[in-house]
Amino acid sequence: MDMIRVNNLTKFFGAKHAVDGISFAVERGEVLGFLGPNGAGKSTTMRMITGFIPPTSGEITVGGFDMLENPLPAKRLIGYLPENAPAYTDMTVHGFLSFAAEIRGLHGGARKKAVSRAVEMCFLEAVLHQSVETLSKGYRHRTCFAQSIIHDPDVLILDEPTDGLDPNQKHEVRQLIRRMGATKAIIFSTHILEEVDAVCSRAVIIDRGRIVANGTPQQLRQKSEWSGAVTLRVIGINAATLQQRLIQIPAAKKITVIKEDATSVTARVFPQPGSNSVLAQGVADAAQGWRIEEMHTEEGRLDEVFRSITLPDTAKQAEAKQ
Amino acid sequence: MNSWANIKTITKRELGAYFSSPLAYIFIVIFLLLCGFFAFAVQPTLLTRGQASLAANFFFWHPWFYLFLVPAVGMRLWAEERRVGTIELLLTMPITAWQAIVGKFLASWLFLGVALAMTFPIVLTVNYLGHPDNGVIFAGYLGSWLMAGSYLAVSCLTSALTRNQVVSFILSVVACLFLILAGFPPVISLLESSGRPWFVEAVASFSVITHFEGLQKGVVDSRDLVFYLSLIGFSLFSTSVILRGRRAG
Ligand SMILES: Nc1ncnc2c1ncn2[C@@H]1O[C@H](COP(=O)(O)OP(=O)(O)O)[C@@H](O)[C@H]1O
Ligand SMILES: [Mg+2]
Repeated sequence: MDMIRVNNLTKFFGAKHAVDGISFAVERGEVLGFLGPNGAGKSTTMRMITGFIPPTSGEITVGGFDMLENPLPAKRLIGYLPENAPAYTDMTVHGFLSFAAEIRGLHGGARKKAVSRAVEMCFLEAVLHQSVETLSKGYRHRTCFAQSIIHDPDVLILDEPTDGLDPNQKHEVRQLIRRMGATKAIIFSTHILEEVDAVCSRAVIIDRGRIVANGTPQQLRQKSEWSGAVTLRVIGINAATLQQRLIQIPAAKKITVIKEDATSVTARVFPQPGSNSVLAQGVADAAQGWRIEEMHTEEGRLDEVFRSITLPDTAKQAEAKQ
Repeated sequence: MNSWANIKTITKRELGAYFSSPLAYIFIVIFLLLCGFFAFAVQPTLLTRGQASLAANFFFWHPWFYLFLVPAVGMRLWAEERRVGTIELLLTMPITAWQAIVGKFLASWLFLGVALAMTFPIVLTVNYLGHPDNGVIFAGYLGSWLMAGSYLAVSCLTSALTRNQVVSFILSVVACLFLILAGFPPVISLLESSGRPWFVEAVASFSVITHFEGLQKGVVDSRDLVFYLSLIGFSLFSTSVILRGRRAG
């Protein structure tokens, strides 16, 4: 059964169409990455799923419970880390986590156990009795993260969980998300693309309130014009000759010369759409007799996919004209 | 059952927040100094006339003390949650908005109750000096606490309107001032000059002062209790409507 199911979700803020007909589902054991530029509607979507703001229209079910009709059982299943990781600054870390456990219905020994488990998972021992107000940003973030997993929820919604952390902390948090992803349904948003590979089993790219791409990181990468592109360095040839020969390959779309010096030329051949897999063979045939020093096939780059499908209209038009 | 457990958890957290901040102690000290000063120094008849003037010298001033002190206690209730963003945690927990509102309100009201209870040396003093009717004094305390609760519920409402505590404070003082002035003698006599007694009565019936008079004299009239409790209920209900509207965008 899908743990999270969102159908045709829409949100207007006044006249502003922040979320425009988003639908998707997340199963247990899946980590879904939300990618998208700032203002795309990622946080708004998460706020609706967690029941913080009501949608203008659309349906949300969590663990089979309708978030709008029957919010309490739905909310019980969710752990939520809001954007900017808010926490009560007038409490100690321990006090804050105890409060979170208690409001989740954990009392006495169960509460103690839940708190110490979350503290251990988020490496908070050192600051346990420190006031939240005096914590560094990384610790504050992890304190709020600990709050979200205190009741070992089936569903985790994490809004930019690695924002503001140092590289070591980022690494720890990603490991944690991936580990928990085995048994939970997780949605997390980010604009760091390397996280998608590190953590997600699937990703959606959101732009101006709509889902513009949806698939595994591998599938998304294949949308890149870089995917299947062949880069090669050839010795003892000039760029013009090289380009002439390469452009005759049927699978080649365009050739760019990356570097040319006295002894060698480095160039990249981009494939025609749909011919990613045959381009390398074509290049190898065309290159017979050349002294090739280096040649490899590109996997495709997420950042390029991201940029090409989330560009604003004006930039797309400008690019089309060129 | 479950909903009381949630309310209790919220109330406990909020009370902890009050007492972990120096503002709470400053508030209590200011309140006690004001009470002591007005009871014994402004009109020193308390020392000679005892119980009768506990109403005139002590409770009489409470509507005015509360005018500034209660909004100072209530202004942070929702404004601070919104400024820091913890409202997003609180309202995505498996509790209803109503439980959160009631829990937070109860914490502040209990806090005001503690401050009020700490004026007990004044009661001891009048008992030492004479033989006051302690039932009357108790009714006065009850009225004072209910009045503080109505101011507080109004502050709770204005606090939900904004993320800025100062704005919340000012709005709440203005609203509470109206609740006082509607029954303030100079305003009443001004209205009486209009020659429409029903109008005067209608306005005065909205005043926290009018409903406090009986209780100061020891008359516990259910209409006065109903007035305070409905003012609290109405304000808290409006708070829930505002919170919902704010999130709907
Ligand atoms: N409470 C609000 N009132 C008005 N507009 C809002 C509100 N919250 C978000 N928006 C607008 O909705 C759009 C989506 O915002 P958001 O969901 O925060 O984007 P993201 O998290 O992807 O960066 C933005 O243009 C933002 O300005
Ligand atoms: Mg966001």
